[in-house]
Parts: sequence; C-alpha cells; structure tokens
Amino acid sequence: MSKKLNLRERYQRMTRDLAWEPTYQSKKDIYPQMDFEGIKIHDWDKWEDPFRLTMDSYWKYQAEKEKKLYSIIDAFAQNNGHLNVTDARYINALKLFLTGVSPLEYAAHRGFAMVGRQFAGVGTQVACQMQSIDELRHVQTQVHTISHYNKYFNGFHDFRHMHDRVWYLSVPKSFFDDAMSAGPFEFITAISFSFEYVLTNLLFMPFMSGAAYNGDMATVTFGFSAQSDESRHMTLGLEVIKFMVEQDPDNIPIVQGWIDKWFWRGYRLLTLVGMMMDYMLPKRVMSWREAWEIYFEQNGGALFEDLERYGLRMPKYWEQTIEGKDHISHQAWSIFYNYTHAAAFHTWIPEDEELDWLSSKYPDTFDKYYRPRYEHWREQAEAGNRFYNPTLPMLCQTCQIPMGFTEPGDPTTIGFRQSDFEDNRYHFCSDGCKDIFDNEPQKYCQAWMPVHQIYQGNCGGATVPEVLDWYHLKFGIDNFDYADSPDRKNWQAWKGLGDEAGADQEGEAAA
Amino acid sequence: MAVKAIIPDYQGTALDPVENFHGNIMFHVNWEKHLMFCAPLAMAMPPDTPFSQLVEGTLTEAYGYHPDMARVDWQTVTWTRDHEPFEPDFNATLAENGVIHRTLLRFTAPGLEGIAGSAT
Repeated sequence: MSKKLNLRERYQRMTRDLAWEPTYQSKKDIYPQMDFEGIKIHDWDKWEDPFRLTMDSYWKYQAEKEKKLYSIIDAFAQNNGHLNVTDARYINALKLFLTGVSPLEYAAHRGFAMVGRQFAGVGTQVACQMQSIDELRHVQTQVHTISHYNKYFNGFHDFRHMHDRVWYLSVPKSFFDDAMSAGPFEFITAISFSFEYVLTNLLFMPFMSGAAYNGDMATVTFGFSAQSDESRHMTLGLEVIKFMVEQDPDNIPIVQGWIDKWFWRGYRLLTLVGMMMDYMLPKRVMSWREAWEIYFEQNGGALFEDLERYGLRMPKYWEQTIEGKDHISHQAWSIFYNYTHAAAFHTWIPEDEELDWLSSKYPDTFDKYYRPRYEHWREQAEAGNRFYNPTLPMLCQTCQIPMGFTEPGDPTTIGFRQSDFEDNRYHFCSDGCKDIFDNEPQKYCQAWMPVHQIYQGNCGGATVPEVLDWYHLKFGIDNFDYADSPDRKNWQAWKGLGDEAGADQEGEAAA
Repeated sequence: MAVKAIIPDYQGTALDPVENFHGNIMFHVNWEKHLMFCAPLAMAMPPDTPFSQLVEGTLTEAYGYHPDMARVDWQTVTWTRDHEPFEPDFNATLAENGVIHRTLLRFTAPGLEGIAGSAT
C-alpha cells in the first residue's frame, strides 16, 4: 500500500473497502442470523469505529506488546517470582481466576469469531475480528502463567478438563455458553456492553491491583497487557448499544431486556470476584463493597444517565445489588468453606486482623451475621472438627450457584423463587435469575446442573473421591482446608517459616 | 415466553425429569436460621422412604454438625412444603406426604436461631 495514504484513507482501504455488494447470493443467505432476534438494522454504514485501528497496525502494535510481556514472564520464571508473593494462600485466588476466567477468554475468542462472521456490516466484522484475536492472545498469556504456577502449586494441572466438569466452574462456563448460544446481537450486548463496559472494571481493576499488592508480577503483567485491549473492547460495547438503538426504535425494548438479563448474570458471576477481594488476598486492596460503589454505583450510574437519551434505563433489580454488596462476598466464602473438600483450591478462616478488617469494611453486617459463623468454625477447626458440609447443595437453575443468597430485606433467610415449566419445577436464588428463566424456559431447562448430574449418576460415582477423580482433582492434595494442604507445607519449607521440617515431596511432584 | 431461536418452534429437552434419577426423586430441604449450612440441601431418595427416616436418619445426620441439632424437638418443628404450611405424617412415606420430584421442604425449630442468635 502506498505510504502516501493518510490515516483516514488507510482506514477506508483496510476496513470498509474490504466489503462488496454480493450479486449471485442474497444477503439473507450470506448472513442468516441477522433477523431472528428482532433487531432491525437499516444502514450498516452508520456504524462508527471508535478506534479506527487497521489490521496492519494491530499486528505491529500487539507484537511489540507481546515481546515485552513474554520477556517479563521469562524473567519471572527465572527468578522464581512465585516465591515473592505475600503468602501461598494468595495462590488460591489465582487458581480460581485462572481456572474460571481464562477458559472464558478462549470462549470469547470463539464467540467474537462467530458473530464477526454473522454481522452484515464490514466495520463491525473487523472490530469483532480484532477482539477475537485479542481474546486468543489473552488466553495464551494466561496459559503461560498457569504453566509457571503449575510447577509449584496444586490445582492448576488440568484447567480445560475441569472447566467442563467442576461444579463451581459451571458458573462461569454456563455464563458464556448462554451468550454464545444466543444470537449475534444478544451475544455482543452481553459480552461487549454488559460485561466489558459495565462490569469488567470490577474484574480487572481490583484484581490486578490485588495481584500487584501481593507481589504477583506474572498476573499483573498479563493484566496490564490485556487492559489496553479492554479499553477498545469497552468502547466497542458502547458503540454496539448506540448503533442498535439509533437504527430503529423497535430495538430499544429488546436491548433493554438484554441489558437487564446480562447485568444480573454478570453480577452473580462477579460474586466470585467479591469473595477473592475480601477473603483471598493476604494484602487487601479495597473491599467488594467499595469496588461496587465506585465501579457500579458511581461509574455505572453516570453511564445509564447518559443512556437515558436513547430510551434506556438502569438494569432491572440494580437496587438489590446495593443491599447485596454488604453480603454476597461473605455468603460466597461460606459456600466454598462448606464445600472446599470438593474444590480445586483451599479455603480457611480469616485471621484475627482480617476479621477486624472485614468488620470495619462491613460495619452494618459483618459482626451481626458473619463473624459469629467464622469464630464458631475456627473454634471447631482448632478442636480438630473442621466443618465440611456432607450433603450436596441446592443450586439456582440460572446462575448455577448454590442457593446461598438471602432474601432482600432479610439477611437471615435464604431467598427462594420457583417456576413450573411443562412437567418440571425449577428453583432460583433471586427475582433476576427467575426472570431470565421465565423469558426462555426452553433454553434453561437444558442446563447441565452439576449436583443434578451427580445424582443422575453421570459424574463418576456417588462419593466425593469418585467425583473428584472424574473432575481430575487429586483427593487430599487439591482439596480441603489450606491449613492441611501440601501447598502450605511446601511454602513453609521454601520460605523457611518454621513449623514444617521439610517440603512435602508428594505435593511438589503432584503439581 | 418463547425462546428466540433461529429454528421455528424450538423446544429444549429438559435435563432433570424424574425419569433420569433411577427411581429416586430429587428434592430440597432447608433448616431455617441455620446459615452455617450455606445453602439448602439437595437429596435424592426413593419416594417410598418413610418421612421418619428422612428426619431421624438423613436430616439429623446432614445437620448434625450444628450444636442446635441435639436440641431440636421434632414434635414442635414447623414445616412448609413449597411455601405452604405442612404437617408431615412421620409414619407415612415421602410420596404420601406429597413430597415429589423438586419439592422444597423448609423447617423451623422454635427457639433455635443459630450460633449466638446470628442465624448461623
């Protein structure tokens, strides 16, 4: 291409000019998924590319970034960077992040490739193609981090297999499968707008700062590398929404319905992040409550004020999240404390100063509802009677999280909702999850519910060791309390921390 | 409402009908105000299981870790079945008590509100 082209011409040549008017096939046949969701697009040329990035500069820019990233990852490995994290308990947050979120990056790569193929406008196609490649790069860098930590800690060894089977990983998996099995317009609303634009700061900002606070430079590095792509993804999310609602007023109620649904699904998914922030970082950055106030109440509130002029309003049930911010991280940690014998990471009771931190961050709820629970559990654990819930939990049919969330207005009572569809009954944790089911029961009646599958005999057996074997988890190594874990034993030995005479060779070898 | 699908009249196949549970029913039990058990329980058992066996065997064991369990007087416990008040006949089976696939049972033991009254 001539070097004399200016940026605008270059952009025109490298994106819009790549399209052509088909003559021997109808557009309907070429783009068969454009109509069934009810979204009406009259003029794809009205699509604005916020970044005007062309593929050639994309390669150049990303290659430079990757070069830096991989040299940092190499240096981290050569210098035994994992020994510089604050405490081996921190690694459990990483286990959850890297087994829960990294496969979603790959799912996003696939999803954007699929919708990029389906959208009938070339500007949108190119934007989706770039995001698809971004997501593939993200999962690759994260796999390098998994690979490093897997040499020294347990629970990382088979993340792909686990993603399809392990009970709590069905929460992030089903979130993305739901989006990918929707149409292209819903997918991009779900992922680009509701997740990337409205909620992703809650995933990246506190978590990456948390990694930095806790000395985990491997995670910080992939986080910051991904972050510069995230700002492009967020802008795409906003553009998608504006484009759809400006194209036809009939699109507004459809888009609002998707915003309502995907806000609630994202909120439930982020419960796991809230728990990491409040319980799993030895050095804490901010509480979940504070993060929700900054990134949703303030930033999200301002966003939806701007969107009012397009006829869009705040997502349904957002008020319940304001009450929920004082509760959900504690409820989630209780769930994993109950069932850590069936998980690929360890849990523990927060130490005294951590309990005090929680009391100060949650003055209205922690001492009243949650502290007595932890103190009782700790007392029992010290007496050799650590609690593991021996019975499988009831799950919400939509978010697939054990039904541990309490009723709005009553933190002492579990919230229950139910619906009957055809000959079966379904249970939900909240109004938001019930509405999602009721709008598309034919979809969610097919959900692969981990507990139900165990009872149907499809998960390797009826006992915990059998099911863990089917998950590819190692009983007695990957699961149970942190206090009893080979991870802890190894860490104590590596750091010369006293109470352990030697590293547990079995644990090290298992990693 | 119907799902928006690219195939007209799309129908999904439910994954959890009672036929898939090999003669068992799967139902749910919650002990109110005892949130140390983080969520209600899911259990699968034959519909001809005596209610007394559910209570004195399964639930007593499932909730046995809680210090309140030893103080539960089953004669005074109140129940709901799918959110309606319910008086179980301990000598009858689950089926005879109207407990079917996906029923939700909730019970309250009067005077017992968890560790230090915190609903834990």
